[in-house]
Order: sequence, then C-alpha cells, then structure tokens
Amino acid sequence: MLEAVRLTKEYQSGEQRLAVLHDVSFAVPDGAFVAIVGPSGSGKTTLLGLLAGLDVPTSGTVTLDGTDLARLSEDKRARLRGAKVGFVFQSFQLIPTLTALENVQVPLELRGDDGAPARARELLARVGLADRAHHFPNQLSGGEQQRVAIARAFSNAPSLLFADEPTGNLDSDTGHHIVELLETLNRESGTTIVLVTHDLALAGRAQRVIRLADGAVVSDSLAPAPSAE
Amino acid sequence: MAIAPVLSLAWKESRTARRRLLLYMSAISLGVAALVAIDSFANNTQRSVREQARALLGGDVSITSRQPFTPRVAAALDSMRARGVAFADVTTFGSMALADRTGRTRLAQIRAVTPGYPFYGQILTAPSDAWSRLQSGRVALVDPSLLISLNARVGDTLSLGNSRFVIIGTLVSVPGDVSVASAIGPRIYIPARFVAETDLLQFGSRSDRETLVKLPPTLSPGQFTGRLRPVLDSAGVRMRTVAQTEFNLTQAIDQLRDFLSVIGLVALLLGGVGVASGVNAFVMRKIDTVAILRCLGATSWQVLAIYILQAVVMGLVGAAVGAVLGVLLQLALPHVLAEFLPVDVHVSPDSTAIITGLLVGVWVALVFALRPLVALRNVSPLQTLRRESDAVALRGARVDPLRILVALLVVLSVAALGIARAERPLQGLGFAAGIGAAVALLYGAAALLSSAARRVVRPSWPFVLRQGVASLYRPGNQTRSVVLALGFGVFLMSTVYQVQRNILRTVDVKLEASRANVVFFDVQGDQGEPLDSLIRAEGWTVVQRTPMVPMRIASINGVPASKIVGDTTKGQRRREGWAMRREFRSTYRDTLAPSEKVTAGHFHTGGTQAPALPAISVDVAVAHDLALALGDTIVWNVQSVLVPTRVTSFREVNWTRFEPNFFVVFESRALQDAPHQYVVLADVHGDDAVARLQRDVVTRFPNVASLDLTLIQQTVGRVLGKVTSAVRFMAGLSLALAIPVLFSAVSATRRERLREGVLLKVLGATRRQVGRIMLAEYLLLGVLGSLAGVILSVGSAWALTHYVFDQPFTPALAPALVVAIVMIAIAVAIGMLTSRDVFRETPMAALRDA
Repeated sequence: MLEAVRLTKEYQSGEQRLAVLHDVSFAVPDGAFVAIVGPSGSGKTTLLGLLAGLDVPTSGTVTLDGTDLARLSEDKRARLRGAKVGFVFQSFQLIPTLTALENVQVPLELRGDDGAPARARELLARVGLADRAHHFPNQLSGGEQQRVAIARAFSNAPSLLFADEPTGNLDSDTGHHIVELLETLNRESGTTIVLVTHDLALAGRAQRVIRLADGAVVSDSLAPAPSAE
Repeated sequence: MAIAPVLSLAWKESRTARRRLLLYMSAISLGVAALVAIDSFANNTQRSVREQARALLGGDVSITSRQPFTPRVAAALDSMRARGVAFADVTTFGSMALADRTGRTRLAQIRAVTPGYPFYGQILTAPSDAWSRLQSGRVALVDPSLLISLNARVGDTLSLGNSRFVIIGTLVSVPGDVSVASAIGPRIYIPARFVAETDLLQFGSRSDRETLVKLPPTLSPGQFTGRLRPVLDSAGVRMRTVAQTEFNLTQAIDQLRDFLSVIGLVALLLGGVGVASGVNAFVMRKIDTVAILRCLGATSWQVLAIYILQAVVMGLVGAAVGAVLGVLLQLALPHVLAEFLPVDVHVSPDSTAIITGLLVGVWVALVFALRPLVALRNVSPLQTLRRESDAVALRGARVDPLRILVALLVVLSVAALGIARAERPLQGLGFAAGIGAAVALLYGAAALLSSAARRVVRPSWPFVLRQGVASLYRPGNQTRSVVLALGFGVFLMSTVYQVQRNILRTVDVKLEASRANVVFFDVQGDQGEPLDSLIRAEGWTVVQRTPMVPMRIASINGVPASKIVGDTTKGQRRREGWAMRREFRSTYRDTLAPSEKVTAGHFHTGGTQAPALPAISVDVAVAHDLALALGDTIVWNVQSVLVPTRVTSFREVNWTRFEPNFFVVFESRALQDAPHQYVVLADVHGDDAVARLQRDVVTRFPNVASLDLTLIQQTVGRVLGKVTSAVRFMAGLSLALAIPVLFSAVSATRRERLREGVLLKVLGATRRQVGRIMLAEYLLLGVLGSLAGVILSVGSAWALTHYVFDQPFTPALAPALVVAIVMIAIAVAIGMLTSRDVFRETPMAALRDA
C-alpha cells in the first residue's frame, strides 16, 4: 500500500519560499487504479515525484508497503524503485542508444536478473511488439515507443506503477489503446496504478480520482467523472 | 554491486557515443605516441651503446692527453707491455690539406694512427679493404666531404705539411664518431710514423693524443687503471674504461630522453585537458539517460561505473592508437637525430616503453575524465519529470568529498608523472608546478576575458560584434577550455622557437663586426713577417697580427695548481678543475680590443715596471670558474719559465666576433720576449682570391692553417640547420598535439552553438550574420589564447635559457608572432568547421528540438 501523510513540498525561489504542495494526505490500496488530476501548476508532477520516491518532501511522509521513503538514501530508494516501482512517462523516456528489447531489460539487468532477455521478449510480445524488438526508439512511432515503455515498466513485476501523462504525446486513438493496455495489465497482474493527467476523460477510466488545485487535494472520489472546471 | 550488468549496460549504452568518445580520447593519443617513441628510442639507443661500447672505445681502456707523455708516464706504460698489454695510438690535430691536382685547400682533422688501431670495432671504408692498407705507406683515408671541398678524388695526392699522401679511399663510418662533426673538420687518417716528416706539430701546436689499450685476459681494467692512476693523474693524463664510456653515453642519452620527455609529458597532459573538456560535453548529453536509469533502479555508483568503464575502454583504444603511432615514430627518430648519435641504433619495438605508454595514457585519460564524470552521480531521477538546465541537473553538494578526491588525484598524477620523467624529483616537481602555474594562468586569463567582455560590450556596437563578444561570457561558454587548449599550444611552440633562437644566437658568427674574413693560425714566430709580406704582396690587407703564447697555471696566490686541484675542503670557493688544468693561449697588449668591455677593475695600459708584477686582464666567466678576485696573483708556466702576474681587471668578451679573443690578456712587458705564435687576420675579397691565397700560404708555410669566415658560416649553418630541423620536428609535434585538443574543446559545445545559431535564424538572422558572429567569437578567443600563450612562453623560454642552458636571453617576438597567427587561424578554422551544421540546419530544427 502507498500512503501519503500530510505531504508538503516547498522550493526556494529567490527570496521567496514557494509551497507547491501543502498538507496532502491519502492512501492507495494494493491493486487500485487511481488518477490524479488538476490543471497545469496544480502540483501533480511534484506529487508524483514524491510518491515515486524521486524526491523527498519538505514535511510529511510517503510510505510504500510500510517503508518511509524519506528515511532511505537516494541509492536505497533507487533499489526500491528497481524492485517495486514501474514508470511510464509522457515523453516515453526510452534510452535512445538501446533497442526496444534492451530498454525493456534494463530494470532486470540492474538487479542482476539472468532471465532478463526471455522476460523482455515475453513482455514485448504482450504489448504487440515482438517483431520490433531490435529497433531503436528513433525507429518506432510514438505509440510503439510508449508500448515499449509500458513493457519496461512491467518488466520487474512492480507492485506500483506511476504513469505521468502517458497519452500526452499521442493521438487519441493511440492514447486509447495505451490506456486499455494499462487497464489490462492492472487487472491481470494486480499492479497498483497511479495515473497523473490533466485529461478528465482519461481520468474517468480510473476507479478513483484525486483532484489537486493549487497544491492541495480539493476532492478525492472513488466515483468516476468528476465535475468539469 | 554485480559487475556483469554494469559491463553489459556500459557496452550497449555506448553505441552512439563511441565515435565521439574516441575523438575526445584521441587527444591523448599523440601524447602517448611521443612517450612511447621517446622511451623506445632511448632504450634502443642504450641497448646499442651497451652492445657497441667496446667498439665505441676501440680498446679496453683509453688514455688521453693534450700534451706528449712525460717520461714517467711513458715508462709506466712501457712497463705494462711486459705483462702482455698492447697499445695503439692516435694523434689528432688540425691542419690544412692541399689537393695537389686542384690546388684547393681545407682545414681538416688529421688522425695519425699506429698499427693495430682500433683494437675493437670496425672502421668501414670505401673500398672495403682500404683500412687494412693504411699502414702500407704514405697513404690517407679521408671523409667524403673533404673530396668535395677539395674537388679531389680517390687516387689524388694530398699535401699535409711537408709530406704527401695518396688518397686510397673514403671513410664510411668510424665507431664513436658523431657524423655531424665531419661538417666542422673533415677527417684524414694517415700512418702515425709519417707525422714527424710533415713538420706540422711545432711549438704551440695543439694536438690530442689517445692511446688505446688491449688487456690480456689475466688483467682486468680495474687492475690496470688502479696500477697506473697515481702516475697518470699527477701528469694530467685521463683514463677511461669501457664501463665508463658506456656510463657516459647512457647518461647523455638519459639526459636527451629527459629533455624529449618533457615535450611528451606536456603533450600527454594537454591531451588530458582535451579529454576533460570532451568528456564534459559527453556528460551533458547523458543527463537524460542517467535520470532514466536512476528511475529504473540504478544506484549512483552503478551509473558512475557504467560511464567510467566507457571512458576506460575508449582511453585504452586512444592510448593503443598512440602506442602504435609511437612505434612508427620511433623508426623516424634515429634518422632525425642520426648525425648527433655516436652509435648505429638498432630499432625494434620496446615492450617496456609500449606498456608504460599504454598504462600512463589510460591513467591520464581516466583521471581527467573522472572530473566531469563524477558529476553524473548528482543527476536526480526527478529530471525525467522536470528537466532543469544541465548545470543545475549536475550540481551536487557544495563540498563534495569525491570531487575533492578526484581533483587531488589529478594534481598527484601530474606531480608523479613529472617526477617519474625528470632527472631529479625536485626538477619533476618544479616541472609539474610550472605546468600547473601555466594552466592556472591560462584559466585566469580566460576568466578575465569573460569578465572583461561582459563589461566592455556596448549597446552601440554592431549586433554581430555584440553577439560574438557575448558568446565569451554566456552560460555554457567555451572560453576557458578553448583558451587553455589554444594557449597551451602556442606556449609550447613559442617556447621551443624562442629557446632555439637564443641558443643559436650565441653561436652566430658575425662578419659585419670585423674587417677581416680570413684567419691564419699556427703561424710560428719566425713566419709572422714573411706571411705578412706574402699577403700584402697579393694585394690584400693584413688587419691584425696577434701574438699568442701557450701556458699553464703554476699557482694562484702562492698555492700550487696541483694542490688547488686536489683540494676538496668544503666551504672553500672551488676553482674549477678544468680551468686549472687547461692550457691557456694568451696574448699581450696594452689596449682593450673592440670585442672587449671591462666589467671590473682597470685595464692595464703598460708603463708599470718591476718589482710591480705585470698586470693581466681575465675573461669574467673564466675568472668565475677560477674563483679569482681583483688583486690575486697568478704564476704562469710559460715553456717552463715561471711568470708571476697580478689580476687587475675582468673583461666581458664578445666571442662571436671574427677576431682572436683571449681568456687572459697580459701586459706587454710580461710576454713580449716569450716564444710565441701568431694569429693573422686578413681582408681578402672574392672566393677565388681566398682559395688562391690559402693555397699559396700552405705551399710556402705548410704548418700554417687558415679558415675563411664564409666557410665557418656555411659549416655552422649546416650544423645549425640540422639542429633547426630537429627543433622544427618538435615544434611540429607541438602543433600536432594542440589541434586534437583544440578540436575536442571546440566541439564540446557544438550542440549549444548549433541550437543558438538555428534559433537566430528562426528570429531572422541571415547565414552571413550567423557566420560573422561565430567568426567574431573565435577571433577573440584565438587572439586572447595566443596572447596568453606567447606571454607565458617568454617566461618559460627565459627560465630554460637561463637555468638549463646558462645563456643570456632576449625575447624573440617574430617567431612568437608567427606561431600566434598560425594558431589563431587554426582556431578559427576548427571553430567554423565544427559549426558548419549551423548553416545547413533549417529553422524547423530548432522548433522541433524545443
């Protein structure tokens, strides 16, 4: 389970102290599909970074399966990510010098997993890209790159997957397929998915929607289709 | 941390970066090439010396003296014959050689040898059996250059003094001889038994005598020298064994290696700077990838390991390329230096040199690459979500122990390399400190330029100029790295040329300062007037007839010379042994010569009388070597007559003037009755007239030698030409080193300039405007870097000339200026070449990139 308790994040900007997030609290049970929505500047990306252990809060805690992430060193958080967390980014964030197959293998290789190539092939087949395994990212379309990124995100069988605007750089049809894929994998593997988006329609597909505005949670609903702005 | 995944990722992830990394690492290739070539050459030469040492000496022991052996010495040597010791002699002296058929003359080096010379080693001749026929009669073997000078050929007759010799062949190689020396005095070998009849060795004639010794198996060199040393030392006779010859030569080679190594080491360190600058750019490109890896679970140490592995492998490839180049280069070095080497060098790849070069090259590449690489540890996975500027993304803790450690490692590595390559640890540290100071000064100059550019730029300036100047201080500017690379290249080359100019200036013989162009020497006392008349009879002017008296120091301030030489008491100001033992050729007059300037005391003007001691004036450098003070008394042994004198002045002598100059000038009354020779200077016009006069003089006075200034200048020019070629080779190497480093520094910021240039085009700038902006930037960088390098080179050239060569220094601005202009042109060319994509890319590229 992922739990955020009274999360606050502030940045120094010149002489001023900017509060990007203040007093955010919620818990995400295992296997849930949660969307975090909000307009630009609402603190969604900052919240995502804190929940994923990519950053540390100014105050408050984030615990993942009982482990307080802020108490871990950067390298220990990295290892935790490698073991339990997957990522899908808006700009795909594939390593340009690795093939599709090699990109998917990276989390497994970092753990020293000998079965990395076989597992990677299996995942690529699962996302429909078995025949593109040896292509480099610049040889793939946007949708294909995102499917590779999804395959990579699931390669270490994460208990938690973060998706930051996964359809932001895709056309609507492709985006639709990507979300379907995420939903399918969520159902099949029981991975908790936290989706950050400004797209309300996309958010509506999640089981729960947490809305942010000006760095605070303004609504947290288990029902789909929150009211439009 | 598991190694296999790191290795696997390092290999795969390097795919698109290998060529770029290799380019950066190639900056060290030339440095490694220089080190491998120099070490291989030195090791090969030393091996050749060891193999050929006995042949170089010609015997088991060599005994040398500048004067005939005393009866005591001769008796001591004779006593060794009974023990089976064999002796062979060679007497060497200068004399005029006259080709009877052509009538041409040339000053040559006569070597009169006894049978059996040399005991070891082979003197090669053409035809090959000529050496075996040398003792057969009045025959001679000569240097090929002598035949050219005399327009003679094998079979012609050569007049040496009062005797004639038939030329039976030419010399191909003589072990131990440096071939460049034949340009100064071509060699003539004759049988020793005919020296007396030539009548060439007369009063005051200078000759060197060498006796080679071949020992029986029952007598070791140590036993032989131990037995004879007390007798020989007291007579001023020197002994040298094969081991000493080997030691002397290998020491000289070591010194040459140390000198050349400085160039190689600077090349390597400059390469390291190039690597650092290139890897810095490489690191900027890898920020995104590192952030992704961190997201996916890579620890900071795994990330560091991946990229360090890439740097090590590329460094190894760069060093390997350098090692191969070095092996090829070492094939060229013996040819470049052949005429200065006393041995035939057998060239073969030297595994020690290759492995050392490889290891040093990889280490330097790694240590300099570490500095920018360790910053990758600081890249946060957050950069995948929100990308900040490169500088912010790489920023770490204010006090980063690892960065401090790496900086320390760089400093220690430079110091260790300097110490390892230098003759003495302190020298190595001094060298490392000097390099550090030069780098710091260049960096400081770059920082000053950036700061000054910011203040100096004016809104009223043309846009193109303003942009060009702004490029010098904008974030991510290349000012420091380019100024460092460029400045260092200029510094190296300019230093080499400045030192060369100053050294060569001291041996530049000046004609215009003298009215004479021909000198006659070894003129006996009774030949002075007749020679004078002969010259005038041919219509020429005798400019000067200077008496010369040979003598030795008998005592100084009442202390005998032998006691002074043997005095090893510490705290006493030492009088140099060579100066105490040498034969002085002094003159007497009561006026100062135009080439002299009094630096202390008063030059004698004559008029003193006994019992006052006659005055002498001493050359200031010799006075220093003899630890003399004004008022000291020196007693001279002039042909066994003791002549006491008092030092009344010191002089500075311009030795480059074509005039007879003397270490010691006596008051006339002291020596005017002493047996003496003359040196006669004449003013003769026309090459044919000079040759004719020389022929007439040597015909009438066979013992009189002569030199014409043109020949001296040509000979000196030929020798210096060979030195200049070697220096140009080193300068060329410096240039070759600077270019890849400059390339690396400039291309490191290529991406930013490309982006800026394309954005300017989006905003309406024409290609010409963009080109002018870049031209302005590179010109400014070129001028500043070159200026800083030139200023540094004047300082370093002064230090080298003063402390290493012990010569006066004058800045040579012309070569420095040429070097600066060349480097500015190269900097601009490289800058424009690496930026050519700016002209090719469309503005759409910028939008796409954004």
